[in-house]
Amino acid sequence: METVDRTDMPRAMTVSDDAAPLAVEMRGIVKRFPGVVANDGVNLAVRRGEIHALLGENGAGKTTLMNILFGLYHQDAGEIRIEGRPVRFQSPRDAVQAGLGMVHQHFMLVDRFTVTENVILGFEGTGTLRLDRDAAERRVGELAESFGLRVDPRARVEDLPVGMQQRVEILRALYQGSRILILDEPTALLTPQEVEELYQTLERLRAAGGTIIFITHKLREVAAISDRVTVIRRGKTVGTRVTAETTPSELAELMVGREVSLRVDRPPAHPGEPVLAVENLVVRGRGGVPAVNDVSFSVRRGEIVGLCGVEGNGQTELVEALAGLRAPESGRVMLKGRDLTGADPRTLRRAGLAYIPEDRHHRGLVLPFSLTENVLLGTSEDPPFSRWGCIDYGAAEETCERLMREFDVRAPSPDVPAAALSGGNQQKLIIARELLREPDVLLAVQPTRGLDVGAIEFVHRELIEQRERGRGVFLVSFDLDEILDLSDRILVIYQGRIVGEFVSGQVSRTEIGLRMGGRGGDERGGGQAAD
Amino acid sequence: MGDFFTVELLTAVLRTATPLLFAALGGLLSERSGVMNIALEGFMLLGAFTAVAGTYYLHDPFLGLLCGALAAAAGAAIHAVWCISLRADQIVAGIALNLLGAGIPIFLMQRLWEQAGRTPSVEKLPMIASGVSILVPVAFLLVPVVWYLLERTKPGLRIQAAGEHPQAAESVGIRVSGYRYACVIASGVLAGIGGAFLSIGDLSLFTRDMTQGRGFIALAAVIFGNWNPLGTLAATLLFAGAQAFQVQAQAAGVGISADLLLALPYLLTLIAITGLVRHSRPPAGLGRHPTVD
Repeated sequence: METVDRTDMPRAMTVSDDAAPLAVEMRGIVKRFPGVVANDGVNLAVRRGEIHALLGENGAGKTTLMNILFGLYHQDAGEIRIEGRPVRFQSPRDAVQAGLGMVHQHFMLVDRFTVTENVILGFEGTGTLRLDRDAAERRVGELAESFGLRVDPRARVEDLPVGMQQRVEILRALYQGSRILILDEPTALLTPQEVEELYQTLERLRAAGGTIIFITHKLREVAAISDRVTVIRRGKTVGTRVTAETTPSELAELMVGREVSLRVDRPPAHPGEPVLAVENLVVRGRGGVPAVNDVSFSVRRGEIVGLCGVEGNGQTELVEALAGLRAPESGRVMLKGRDLTGADPRTLRRAGLAYIPEDRHHRGLVLPFSLTENVLLGTSEDPPFSRWGCIDYGAAEETCERLMREFDVRAPSPDVPAAALSGGNQQKLIIARELLREPDVLLAVQPTRGLDVGAIEFVHRELIEQRERGRGVFLVSFDLDEILDLSDRILVIYQGRIVGEFVSGQVSRTEIGLRMGGRGGDERGGGQAAD
Repeated sequence: MGDFFTVELLTAVLRTATPLLFAALGGLLSERSGVMNIALEGFMLLGAFTAVAGTYYLHDPFLGLLCGALAAAAGAAIHAVWCISLRADQIVAGIALNLLGAGIPIFLMQRLWEQAGRTPSVEKLPMIASGVSILVPVAFLLVPVVWYLLERTKPGLRIQAAGEHPQAAESVGIRVSGYRYACVIASGVLAGIGGAFLSIGDLSLFTRDMTQGRGFIALAAVIFGNWNPLGTLAATLLFAGAQAFQVQAQAAGVGISADLLLALPYLLTLIAITGLVRHSRPPAGLGRHPTVD
């Protein structure tokens, strides 16, 4: 690696990659929270000038570890060295002063501020009380240019697309003089093209002598960008590998602790007649603007239709309209040939719709309720739970126990509150309840968000199982891989319009990615192309 | 109607706007830093009463004004401790302080002068013109001062960051609670001066509940003014205008029911809040804490 002549970068000794000095060393890190040990002796050694992936499942302790490194939490035991010097940060500011920078999973940006205001916040410079915006904008603009980060220093952050907002976070870290950049699940909200641009940015930073820690749970990203990878599982380091010398299946096994199938087995579909038909649907979002604009599609029995798109392109409003939670402005929603446009959730459920909501804590479950009570939600008026208008708790508990067995919901008893369950078990309970009614259409929104690999496998198998039983599945996900793995047909939504419709296996990731970003060709099968 | 819009009406508008403006600018600072402040009414009462008590014992209305501001600042400090350090519900804390602000003067009036309804008369703050207290121009001068502080200074940027996204501010090393304490206590000082204007600026004594909901109207002005000093000034003038119009209209014997006229400023407040507030946008971090744990 070459020594880079930048005053805010460390003067790296001229050494080969293999023996590069450590930028970050964490040894035996332990962090306990009430009832949980989030980090249980984690070791991490990151060399100067490398892109180091930190791989682990949701809940493995990656974010906790990075929050400790960044001074947001304090470890209960263990030692941290930055560039060889032992450190103990009291606050993120200490970490920043030691040369660390963090790009948070949920951006730490003030929406109403401009790019410049966000970048300089907390580091406005000493001297006068007056804030010299013009000078600051010039400085930020020059810095952005020197790293090839295209961003307008005067733009308001709330007006920028997500990928650009992330660039602002990176820019801020650089402005603060970071030599070691931590990115926490940085691709979660990006389109594939934005991910590509992020990779290029990271490679430029590495070329300039920067060190990058890249937190992820996606194997694809490890292979695409990292030099080395450290895997953690259940709060413990299970190994560090040179990326070029390992395989996805080895990493998956390290991450999960057992052999996992990375491929979803999906027999060919045999679709029947349409069970859900949406015609020219217009739904207004917050503020009255159409969030869903003239959307038409159908879901047939025995097929999975996947809707992909970047978060915030109308998916939420579309789903809410389908689930009866938001009245559509115009258009029709047909369920098994019945016009149920604007029907309430109860009518829709009775007509054969099941709904796995995006946010299981807000929509799917009542967290303080017991598992039995959660099973009763929306089913309490049906036999066998309702007798003479009263709830038969005995029957409900029996059903709950049966569902817990069938769907492998791990909990000590049906009486524990839903809040006590892990995300995966909560999701299984919701799926179990929703399938109890033998629905014709299953509306699954982000069904695997925040779940570990085991639970994801389960949910995916269950969705395919439902398809095999002749149900129509409408899957909404921000995870393109999930859509590609499961869907028989793929719809792409961009700014409230369907901008692409593809048959699975006949389209490339790139093509879908372009459509998700509002670009791409016009050989669309369906009709409405993007403006 | 020709002689209706007189210098008299103008003075009345300015006089009515002054206490509202003090309290509203205070409330604005507090809320822009992220702390909800429905306790302005209580701070005003504390300020109004203590200003009279201070003047009574120290024989100087300026020292009285200082006492009023300090008493209200003390009340605001309690609000700050509850809301910022102890993370109490900010509405409940505000209600408690309003009750305290209403009760303490009554209790002390009984103890000091053995009458619960009103204090003895004291010397007033000086006037700069007939019926115009020295505090009137101060209130209006504060508008550009607060605007400059928020929009053109480094501490202003940090206050806004604390109010918009406390976690983000904290993550770059800004001590959110410090800025919030400063702003909440400043809101007490300003609301206290607003209250003192009523008791030793306009009148020369304190009567129980003499603020008559002005603290809440000030809060409405902040919301109506979209948390912006200039908008808040406009809102304050609107309410003050309605109030002054109502008084003048009654005095001039306009053929509208007196009850209806009395209700006018409050009706306006209601209309403003229901009709225009939909377009206003509070600080995104209002009532949120910098760390979740």
